[in-house]
Amino acid sequence: MSHACIEWISGPVLRARASGPFALREALHVGPDRLLGEVVSLHDDLLVAQVYEDTTGLRPGDAVVGGGLPLSIRLGPGLLGGIFDGLLRPLQGIDSAFVAAGMGNAAKSRHDFRPMVRVGQLLEPGSEFGRVAGAREHRCLVPPGRSGQVLRIAAAGEYAEDEVLCVLRDAVGREHELAIGEVWPVRLPRPAAQRLPSDTPLVTGQRVIDALFPVALGGKAAIPGGFGTGKTVLLEALVKACAADVIVYLGCGERGNEMAGAVEEIAELVDARSGRPMSERTVIVANTSNMPVAAREASIYCAVTIAEYFRDQGLHVALMADSTSRWAEALREVSGRLGELPGEGGYPAYLGSRLAEFYERAARVRTLGGDLGSVTLIGSVSPQSGDFSEPVTSHTTRYVRSFWALDVTRARARFYPAIAPLGSYSQDAEKVASWWSGVFAEALGAVAAGDADWQALRRRFLTLLAEQTRLERMARIVGKDALQPQQRLTLLCAEVINEAFLRQSAYSPKDAYCGPQRQARMMRLLGRFMDRAEAALARGASPEAVAALPVLRPLQRMGDEVGENQVDALVALEAALEEDFATLGKEVGDAA
Amino acid sequence: MRPRLMVENAAYRLEGPLLFLHRSVEVGYNEAVEVVGSDGGARLGRVAAVDLDTLSIELLESSSGLGLAETRVRFVGEPLRFGLGPGLLGRILDGVGRPLDGGPPLAVERRLRIDGLPLNPVARATPRDFIETGISAIDLMNSLVRGQKLPLFSGPGLPHDRLAVAIARHARLRGAGAGEDFAIVFAGIGVAHDTADFFRRSLEQSGALSRSVLFLNLAGDASAQRLLTPRFALTAAEYLAFSCGKHVLVIMTDMTNYCEALREVAGAKGEVPGRKGFPGYMYSDLASLYERAGCLRGAPGTLTQLPILTMPLDDIGHPVPDLSGYITEGQIVLSRALDRSGIEPPIDVLPSLSRLMKGGIGEGYTDADHPALSSQLYAAYARAVQARLLASVVGEDGLAETDRRYLEFGARFERELIHQGESRTLEASMAVGWALLRRLPAGELTRLSDAQIAVHLGAAR
Repeated sequence: MSHACIEWISGPVLRARASGPFALREALHVGPDRLLGEVVSLHDDLLVAQVYEDTTGLRPGDAVVGGGLPLSIRLGPGLLGGIFDGLLRPLQGIDSAFVAAGMGNAAKSRHDFRPMVRVGQLLEPGSEFGRVAGAREHRCLVPPGRSGQVLRIAAAGEYAEDEVLCVLRDAVGREHELAIGEVWPVRLPRPAAQRLPSDTPLVTGQRVIDALFPVALGGKAAIPGGFGTGKTVLLEALVKACAADVIVYLGCGERGNEMAGAVEEIAELVDARSGRPMSERTVIVANTSNMPVAAREASIYCAVTIAEYFRDQGLHVALMADSTSRWAEALREVSGRLGELPGEGGYPAYLGSRLAEFYERAARVRTLGGDLGSVTLIGSVSPQSGDFSEPVTSHTTRYVRSFWALDVTRARARFYPAIAPLGSYSQDAEKVASWWSGVFAEALGAVAAGDADWQALRRRFLTLLAEQTRLERMARIVGKDALQPQQRLTLLCAEVINEAFLRQSAYSPKDAYCGPQRQARMMRLLGRFMDRAEAALARGASPEAVAALPVLRPLQRMGDEVGENQVDALVALEAALEEDFATLGKEVGDAA
Repeated sequence: MRPRLMVENAAYRLEGPLLFLHRSVEVGYNEAVEVVGSDGGARLGRVAAVDLDTLSIELLESSSGLGLAETRVRFVGEPLRFGLGPGLLGRILDGVGRPLDGGPPLAVERRLRIDGLPLNPVARATPRDFIETGISAIDLMNSLVRGQKLPLFSGPGLPHDRLAVAIARHARLRGAGAGEDFAIVFAGIGVAHDTADFFRRSLEQSGALSRSVLFLNLAGDASAQRLLTPRFALTAAEYLAFSCGKHVLVIMTDMTNYCEALREVAGAKGEVPGRKGFPGYMYSDLASLYERAGCLRGAPGTLTQLPILTMPLDDIGHPVPDLSGYITEGQIVLSRALDRSGIEPPIDVLPSLSRLMKGGIGEGYTDADHPALSSQLYAAYARAVQARLLASVVGEDGLAETDRRYLEFGARFERELIHQGESRTLEASMAVGWALLRRLPAGELTRLSDAQIAVHLGAAR
């Protein structure tokens, strides 16, 4: 442990004279309240550090103590269901309603441990040496970089998270002590045996995402949008419904009231798939916008390290970060205080590489222990004045594979989720096509391939929506009446797809979650509608006559009205559709 | 607290708001000081940086008239605090909490840090109590709840002050607990004298002055003090809400003046300017104010904020409204076009939003059909605005029949729902909303269920 003495302090930055060795990025305790800090530069015996907490009252002469380790957090099964600040200190169980500087670490949680190895056994990184009972049995794995022969293993019983339960001796005779939890430096990605390609989507339950712009397990997605376009609501919907085993929700520089709402809601929710409380699979990291800015910079690394930790358990983890722009701003603010040269938009020149480092931690992997796990990263971006050309958005687009651009016009009409089909893309769509074919086959049985295929329908929807934008622009000049019947029908079909398929209320009990099979059925039904409408047009029916069909209203409201397993209702709707078009066909025939 | 220390003849440099001293006493970063010049005036300041031999002080009030000689600095030994106690209500104070009304000094029961401390998200209760403001565009379309921070995005010359007063006057809970303890904290930040006077008189006339505290930093006061005014006001509000258990509504006007002052001071300190010259930390700085709204689990009081800001050139992308919008829970946007066409209050509902609305309305809170009605009105009005745009190019005759119906709906929506002579109850607002929807074909109402159409719109069909 090294010591230093503060010589200069201003805001979160201080200079101190060291009387022992310090390393770059070493974690520090500062002053009488032992505030957390980090070394950012060294010059002879002078070090510059940033402090993660409010530095009010610190003065020259105060002590700085180095812990010898880079900024690290304790990982363990106790994280699940917890709510932490940006430095992973628990926010539950504090007496005061306010968060003061110098807050303590968690009391060590205790767990029921069962050994899985015997003395003398040889263990590699990732080998299991014990299990911990709980809602989901937690496997105690040998951390990366440790291995050897078991010298000692504890008997079954209740132990604290950091108690030494297993001792290994490696080939060169060094001893490694293992506990239920482990300590890991947050800025260092946790290693895996192999990165694997991914052909399975992360099912989010949001139609516009799953069906049009999917993200693969281990993928990375960004949600950019100006304020009020529904970023937070969409992310919260994903937290609640997406089909991951563990969800890490990072509120980075966001609103306290929304955080409180999310915490409350998650506590009440039950995971539909497992029947267990939602909180058991969720870790919340909350650094609200009024908490210290330097801790915001660290919070994103804490969150992704937690995600990797559960990935190494062989789980599929999704990390939702709201918002990466606040993190970038924290980076800018700290960089300014350190006197670094500003780059584009005042952000430091290393913004791009930091974003790349973060998104690169998303992966589907074979873990050191040989299991399959994944970390999917979904980050929201809050561009200034909704301008996507600003540095954070433009750098982010270079690293993500799925891009869900939120559209202010849709949001203003309260059309949610306001993902704009034109500005969004997904590079994972090709990869997950065969997975979707499986779902279609399962949901619809043996239908003729081709027109009812997911890829064909997706392409058809997207083309139609692009065409809609073009035609609307045209209609603005010549008037809607001047459009060709074929074009007016295109506008009608696009509107039906928007209303029936893309709009999905996060607060509707029936529609908050839409499973892949229901999505497949809805897509097929809409495809059928377009076929019939085009056929009717070819036989001389007007687009207005199609718009007046009684089936149109139930069709447009099928998301709200038809719940998850009401297959019959969709079949009935299809029958009504066929009947309406048959009647229309007869009328046209009679007239002719 | 350590004893107060007074230092004389230590100043060696004075530059804008920064005063540099040779250090002879033990002081910590961010501790408060009082700087007394040869003119005898005391100015608040804080320690901005300190090293082994020197320290710099950021003056929080005007530094003009200050010299290097004969300048005395009193060190308080703790960060800036505001002494608060009973008898606060009914007082008129200056921007840093000193009486302006000729009354006695404030009684001090508790001394609170003006910067406040971040509320623990876990200790927060989700705001859910619907506040009826009497304004249809707010109650029906963008509901306000207790503990929310909902700014008015306005422009110079628009009637935001009238609207704020109307809300402060009418704001009430519905049903049980409607008559609970209610208080208003008004912070005038760089406001003109007549604006301050308008608020004071309005509160007086409605008999609300005895439940209010006014903090006035007038346009003529030092701009550095503007950075302190909202902090003093919010500290008082927190005291009233969380120590006295009152439901406090804080009106802060004009946040644009606050941000201008922030830019001015940052410039004087030689900091690297960001967008439009505003400092890069403006987001965090504004957050440290706005985030002080909220409700606490198990505590009776709540703190609701209604900040007012004027968008320079009515530009919602300007850094002040832009950063505010990212922090606050929605915004109520006033429109110059509506104001010109005589709509009062001229609220443009499309860019307006209340993020906490969903938790405070619907079954068990307001009316089971409130969410669907509001959503349908939004969809229809958005469509009407689109039709209007279309009509402005191709003429009304070029529109399809449905679009013409929407055009008419849009005009009525503005004249009958947004425009209002006096306060309306939520029921009255909803009745107007249903009546408007009756004019649209049922096939267009995709956000309403068949049952809702049958119950509320059936009669007309």
